Amino acid sequence: MTAHEPRTIVEKIWADHVVAEDEGAPAVLAIDLHLIHEVTSPQAFTGLRRRGLTVRRPGQTVATADHSIPTTPRSLPMLDAQAAAQISQLERNCADFGIPLHGIGSPSQGIVHVIGPQLGLTQPGMTIVCGDSHTSTHGAFGALAFGIGTSEVEMVLATQTLLQRKPRTYEVRVDGRLAPGVSSKDIILALIARIGVGGGTGHVFEYRGEAIRALTMEQRMTICNMSIEGGARAGLISPDDTTFEYIHGRPHAPSGAAWDAAVARWRQLPTDDGATFDRSITIDASALEPMVTYGTNPGMGIPITSRVPAPDELSDPAARRALERALEYMDLRPGQPILGQKVDVVFIGSCTNGRISDLRLAAEALRGRRVADGVRLMVTPGSDEVKREAEREGIADVFKAAGADWRESGCSMCIAMNGDQLQPGQYAISTSNRNFEGRQGKGGRTFLASPLTAAATAINGVVTDPRTLPGIENLAAVGGR
Amino acid sequence: MVEPYRAFSSRIIPLPAENVDTDQIVPARYLKVTDKEGLAEALFRDWRFEEDGSLKVPPFVLDRPEMQGRQILLVGDNFGTGSSREHAPWALAAWGIRAIVSTSYADIFRNNALKNGVLPIVVDATTHRRLFELVEHDPDAELRVDLAEQGVLLPDGTTIGFDVDPFAKMMLLAGTDELGYLLGKLPRIEAWEAAHPPRIDTRAATPAGG
Repeated sequence: MTAHEPRTIVEKIWADHVVAEDEGAPAVLAIDLHLIHEVTSPQAFTGLRRRGLTVRRPGQTVATADHSIPTTPRSLPMLDAQAAAQISQLERNCADFGIPLHGIGSPSQGIVHVIGPQLGLTQPGMTIVCGDSHTSTHGAFGALAFGIGTSEVEMVLATQTLLQRKPRTYEVRVDGRLAPGVSSKDIILALIARIGVGGGTGHVFEYRGEAIRALTMEQRMTICNMSIEGGARAGLISPDDTTFEYIHGRPHAPSGAAWDAAVARWRQLPTDDGATFDRSITIDASALEPMVTYGTNPGMGIPITSRVPAPDELSDPAARRALERALEYMDLRPGQPILGQKVDVVFIGSCTNGRISDLRLAAEALRGRRVADGVRLMVTPGSDEVKREAEREGIADVFKAAGADWRESGCSMCIAMNGDQLQPGQYAISTSNRNFEGRQGKGGRTFLASPLTAAATAINGVVTDPRTLPGIENLAAVGGR
Repeated sequence: MVEPYRAFSSRIIPLPAENVDTDQIVPARYLKVTDKEGLAEALFRDWRFEEDGSLKVPPFVLDRPEMQGRQILLVGDNFGTGSSREHAPWALAAWGIRAIVSTSYADIFRNNALKNGVLPIVVDATTHRRLFELVEHDPDAELRVDLAEQGVLLPDGTTIGFDVDPFAKMMLLAGTDELGYLLGKLPRIEAWEAAHPPRIDTRAATPAGG
């Protein structure tokens, strides 16, 4: 390839980070930022100690506690001894190896994929990894960011590199503009419904087109976050002025002359005109409705006014079997409308939709209204900073006045390993990313949706089209359009 | 550190489910461990056990008496979708699974499996169907998995070839791991780092106007 051949942003970032590439072996890829948390790191540190190794680049490593921590008031003790042991091990590992930790009680604590961007650590053109599949979130900034296993966490700790084969590229072009009440969450749920949960395997998504350009950074993060639900380890968006504006002034953003130099460098990153992708798909944003899932993987999603599909409409026996099993688990009837389906719990939060603009939107929908009787609305800010900001803006008061349970930050009921969970048989509508069997608690049933859809559903106690909310045009603008 | 991966013969555990996610393979509540031990009991936990801790009736396939000791798991498309938890292959390996056969795997799961002596074999859709038919017709059919030859030997004497990343194959056969290889690249890494100063320092915020 000559220097003048048009390249995608993925190819540019890749070329910038290849340290070595032996014949027949994967490339040794340099990693700019390594995020760690309590759940997928302990065994990696054990491995380091066993081999007598140190952390090569503590200044390019950052830690937080998010997955197993309680979201009850921080003044209360951690009741789960196993989770507490995991947290104290993280604290010790960070202290021993010189890694900065934004732990419980720190004002910068939060979900790992919320605090990276918030601190300005996530920047365009970087390679970013974390032992967490939703690392794809950081792709919103034009970074190549993907989840890794614990063996790979150990490799990055020890060498600040990873062995990687170059991924294929998958263009996701989203043309047109979203209608009021339809959000970036609906774009990504629509994509996954179309291509399936394995559709992007082996690829990196690049989201492009008019609808993507019109999104705020937080909306872009929601889309990139769920790239993994479409099978792609990474998904990214070429950076633009929206990106630079978001980063500017954050604690770890370059400043002064370094800022100008960084922006000049970042402007070289976007995919060149004429660059080619291995695969491509086009979505018309203006034709999208709010999406909701009905099944047990994120690809089982439908426009909110549609009916639950029937197994006998499917010709492929494997797909039919999967749908039958999913409907049995969800206790839904083939052909029933999803609108009007009762829910017990509404969960607003997670690395997908736990940012301040998500909370602003949901709160605006709930302002002056009450959560339906018998429904529990749980709001979990994505970080301590998001929580403080929501309290400062009065959003927390709106939630509380509506009858919501206003929590501390953490992964909470998205992964349900901290005690925040559904009871067997309960239905939840959730702004999180996975509706697998038991994901939000053993026997629990999850409908994935946007914050607006979740808020509208909280008010009525049944799955509700957010476009029926009074003043939806003005409301949708609250999230930034 | 894993053992060198040698050829072996085993009967098959059939699990004809598509898109089996890592939350089913190891539910999240088992991720609070700080070591890799004891995860066999977490494997497919919620598909195997009732709320009260008793085995499901009829038992999940893993718990059927005739399935004990089998080392090959035959599964539907896109196995291991979902989270990056390496606990999934740790649990499979702890159970004794040494090879999985499917038409496809989720990327992160495949990488993790290869690092733990669990070989994710990919076959085409026709072969996949043929294997499920084989095990339906003869539940005790035995396969021989030979990584060095990249072949699965069927009872009828035919061999199914499969592709595998040559580097991963080399690592598995030698029983070595990628970290050792990377440590051997340290001079190259040092040279690269010297030419590419870090763009951030997580330990210190940028001085204002700096």
